[in-house]
Amino acid sequence: MLEQLVLIIISTVFVNNFVLSRFLGICPFIGVSKKLETALGMGGAVTFVMALASAVTWLIQQYILIPFNLQYLQTISFILVIASLVQFVELFLQKYVTALYQALGVFLPLITTNCAVLGVSILNIQKNYKFIPAVTSGIGAAIGFTLALVLMAGIRERLELADIPKPLQGVPIAFITAALLATAFMGFSGMLAE
Amino acid sequence: MANQFTRGIFEENPTFKLILGMCPTLAVTTSAINGVGMGIATTVVLLGSNILISLLRKIIPEKIRIPIFIVIIASFVTIVDLCMNAYTPELHKSLGIFIPLIVVNCIILGRAEAYAFKNGVFGSILDALGMGVGFTLSLTSIGIIREILGNGSIFGHSIMGSGFKPAIMMVLPPGAFLTLGLMMAIITYISNKNKRSI
Repeated sequence: MLEQLVLIIISTVFVNNFVLSRFLGICPFIGVSKKLETALGMGGAVTFVMALASAVTWLIQQYILIPFNLQYLQTISFILVIASLVQFVELFLQKYVTALYQALGVFLPLITTNCAVLGVSILNIQKNYKFIPAVTSGIGAAIGFTLALVLMAGIRERLELADIPKPLQGVPIAFITAALLATAFMGFSGMLAE
Repeated sequence: MANQFTRGIFEENPTFKLILGMCPTLAVTTSAINGVGMGIATTVVLLGSNILISLLRKIIPEKIRIPIFIVIIASFVTIVDLCMNAYTPELHKSLGIFIPLIVVNCIILGRAEAYAFKNGVFGSILDALGMGVGFTLSLTSIGIIREILGNGSIFGHSIMGSGFKPAIMMVLPPGAFLTLGLMMAIITYISNKNKRSI
């Protein structure tokens, strides 16, 4: 059991990194990676929501959709659950954990359209995970996302000072940086023998 | 009228100008046919949601419009998902998880909010077709470049001869980022140059 959980974490953080090898959550990866602080804030908010979303969507799949033979409603129900979950988390934090809300607040509404959240929920179902591995894979995926975001932000803070040819400035150079990061992450692919 | 259609293809191209819908753009363009398939699937969803939202725009209350948009979009995505599973099973398999993820493609929600909710049905159809064709063309061109360099073929037909050694990296994740970054830079360069000459 424990071995499986460790493998899931290594797999989602390094080998199949959500951003650099599965291409999930590219929009915030490019949009929010200009500063290290905002990258950390976004990473924290995503980790929180992804762990909750993995748990809730798994329960819905197992106890509502499968017993009533409604699997074709998966996409609709999952996206609605994630959207309301994000709203709920936002309201809850605002009322009870004000400090955390102030740190994460601006990033929360952006998460609904982060395809990594819906992506991890669907992947958990496709891989037939049990409850605890599903939540673990949600957390692992979020850690991988945060890692990629923080690495990217660190590099982009330096790029601000570099002399880049005009057509490459902004988003294009960010993608080329991501290409180099993805090449580096391919080196992890030998870590797991599938 | 024509402008509403061509806008999505050139000056507001969703991929290269607005930088929307990056996840499917990067993930599925390992071959030209995948690019075409994803582009058409997205266009169908966009067309359906734009038409329905434009028809219902006087009934939908302003305050809860976003959840309603999401439900409408998710329904069309489910329809497309089931149809592709039935009629193009191989394409459905190679696009995989990115078909249900059309739901969170920002292009569709963006057009619903920015155009269909405020304009008539005819305009919304043109808008959806323009954006959809622009998205499909971008995906196809990225797919063609990656397939030629990474596999030596185009739409599955080998074209480079036996002496060609494919650069496998182009069909792996780094190739996706690299191709998109360089194409964006080239397009920016060309459009800046055109602006100066005018």
